Amino acid sequence: MGSGPITGPVLTEGTARDLGAQSADLAGVPAKPHPTDSAEIGGTSWRRFVFRRPLAALILKRLGLSIGLLFAVSLMIFGGVEALPGDFATTYLGQSATPQAVENIRKDLGLDRPWSERYLSWLGGAVKGDFGTSWASKQSVSEQIAKRLGNSLFLAFFAALISVPLAVGLGMLAVQFRNRMPDKIINVISLAAISLPEFFIGYLLIMVFAVELGVATFPATVYDTMTLAERLSAIALPVATLVLVVLAHMMRMTRAAILNVMSSAYIETAELKGLGTFRIIARHAAPNAVAPVINVIALNLAYLVVGVVVVEVVFVYPGMGQYMVDAVTVRDMPVVQACGLIFAAFYIFLNMAADILAILANPRLRHPR
Amino acid sequence: MNVKSIPISAWVGIVGIAIAVLCAIFAPLIAPFGEREIVGEIWLPAGGDFVLGTDNLGRDLLSRLIYGARTTIFVALAATVLSFALGMILSFAAAVMGGFVDQLFSRFNDLMMAIPTLIFALVVLAVLPQYLWVLILVMAVLDSTRVFRIGRAVALDVAVMEFVEAARLRGEGSLWIIFREILPNTLSPLLAEFGLRFAFSILFLSTLSFLGLGIQPPAADWGGMVKDNKDGIIFGISAALVPGAAIATLAICVNLVVDWLMKRTSSLKGGRGDA
Repeated sequence: MGSGPITGPVLTEGTARDLGAQSADLAGVPAKPHPTDSAEIGGTSWRRFVFRRPLAALILKRLGLSIGLLFAVSLMIFGGVEALPGDFATTYLGQSATPQAVENIRKDLGLDRPWSERYLSWLGGAVKGDFGTSWASKQSVSEQIAKRLGNSLFLAFFAALISVPLAVGLGMLAVQFRNRMPDKIINVISLAAISLPEFFIGYLLIMVFAVELGVATFPATVYDTMTLAERLSAIALPVATLVLVVLAHMMRMTRAAILNVMSSAYIETAELKGLGTFRIIARHAAPNAVAPVINVIALNLAYLVVGVVVVEVVFVYPGMGQYMVDAVTVRDMPVVQACGLIFAAFYIFLNMAADILAILANPRLRHPR
Repeated sequence: MNVKSIPISAWVGIVGIAIAVLCAIFAPLIAPFGEREIVGEIWLPAGGDFVLGTDNLGRDLLSRLIYGARTTIFVALAATVLSFALGMILSFAAAVMGGFVDQLFSRFNDLMMAIPTLIFALVVLAVLPQYLWVLILVMAVLDSTRVFRIGRAVALDVAVMEFVEAARLRGEGSLWIIFREILPNTLSPLLAEFGLRFAFSILFLSTLSFLGLGIQPPAADWGGMVKDNKDGIIFGISAALVPGAAIATLAICVNLVVDWLMKRTSSLKGGRGDA
C-alpha cells in the first residue's frame, strides 16, 4: 500500500488552500507591507487600529465575516426554503386536503403574511433566543432545544475528549513508522473506517456490547435525575461510535499534515546540519505542524457536531439531532429551521475558531492576499 | 496501462464493485424471490430456503439486498454524475471567465459549504415533496459544491499554462478552451475525485434513507433496510447488520480503487508521491 495518498476530500482542499496561502504570502509580503491597509474597509480610525494591532484587526475581521456568514445562512435556511416549490400547508396536510383546510392552516400558522415580514420577525426572535412554537406539538421550540442542546454537547464533548488525543497520537505514530508495518496497518484500517456508515458502527456496537455481552445499555436514554456516572455509562456506546467515526478522518489528516511539514526543505536542512531527531521535531517541525493539526482538529469537531445527528437516532438519545430528524419527518418547519440554524452556527463557529487559531499559531498567515 | 501493475487492494475493490453492479443489472434474474414478496415468517434466521433469513415483514433478505443494490447504486451514481456535470461546468466557467463571474460563483459556493451537508439536506427535504428525482437533485446540488471547489482549483492551475494561452491567442472560444484544452488535462485528478464522491454519495444516500428521508418504502434500498430491521437488533436479530455491511463493503471497495487511482495519478505527474 505504501504511504496512502490523501483520501478525504476535505484534506485535499485543506492542503491545496495551505499551499495557496503560503505562496500568495511569499509573493505578497515584500510588495505590500500592510496588505490590510489597502483594503478599503472603514474610516481612518479603523486604519490606525489595523496599523497598530494587525493581529487583533485580522481576528475582528474574521469574526465579522463569520457573523455575516451566519446571517446569510439564516437567510438561506429561511428564504431558500421559502423559494422552493411546494407549499408548506399542502405538504403538511397531504395531497388530499381540501382547499378550505389548507387556507385555514395557512392562516393558523401565519403563512398568509409576506415572507420578508415573517423572516424579519423570525430572525428578531432567533437573535433573542426565541424560535417560536412548534407546529406539531404547539410547544416552545426554544425550551425543547435548551433541554436537548446540552445533551448533544455532552455527547460531542466526551467524544472529542477521547478522539482528539488518540487521533493525534496515532497520526504521529504513523508518521514515525512511515511506510513500515504499523503505518500500513493504520492506513488500511482507517481507510475501512472512513467507509463505514455511522449507523452500521452503532448497531454493530449495540449487537456486540449491549445484546451479546450485556455490558452496555441500550437505548441510551438520559434524564434529568441521573447522576453523572449513570449518564456516562449510558452514553458509552454512542461516544464510542462517534470516536470511531471521526478518529480515522482526524488521524489521516494529522498524518498528512505532519508529513507535509516533515518533507519540507527546512527539515531536510536541519537533518543535513546534523541535528538530532528530537531537536528537529521539537524546534523545527512542531511549531510549523501546530497550525495544520489544530485546523484538522477543529474541522473534525465541526464534523462531530453534525455526526451526532445519526448517532442520536441510532441510540434513541434525546438530543438536538433526533429532535431535528423527527421534525423533518412531520415537516415541522419552525423546529427544522431552528435546529438547522443552531447546527450551522456551531459549524461556522468551529471553522472560525480553526482559522483564528491557525493565524495565531502561524505568523505567515497574518498577511493575507 | 499494465494489468499486472494493479495492486491486490485495487483488484479487491474492482471485483467488489463488479459484483455489486452485476447484482444491480441482473437483479430479477439473480434474486430468488421478488422485491416486495412476503415469503415467510418475520425475522427468520439465516439458512434453509432463505440464505440470509427474512426481514421485519417476512420478505427474503437476500432478494431485497440484490434489488437494493439496484436502487442504491443507481441513485448514488445518478447524483454523482449530475453533481459532477454541474460542479465542473460551473467551476470551469468560473476559472475561464474569471472576474465577476468567478467571484459570484465562488462566494455563493462558500455560502453553501458553510452549512453542513446533512443539515442542509434535512432542511431542504423537510419542504420538498418526496420524489426520487427530487432526492437525486438535492444530493447532486449539495455535492456539487465540493466538486466546484476542486474543479476550480485544478482548472486554475491548467488555465495559466502556455497551451491554453496559445489557444486563446489562436482565437478559440471559451467552450473550446473548456472542453478541448482544460478538460483533457484535468481528467485524471477528477476521475479519482469522482470515485471519492461516489463513495460519499452511497454513504450519504444510505444515511438519508436510514433517517427515513431518502428512498421511500416499499422500494428496497440498503439504508432503508437498516431502518426497517433496526428494531430486531435488541432481540439479537442481525437482519439490520446485513444491509449495513453491504453499504460498508461497497464503500470500501470504491475507496480502494480510488486509493490506487490517486497514487497512480500522483506518480504520473511526478508529484512528491508522499504526503
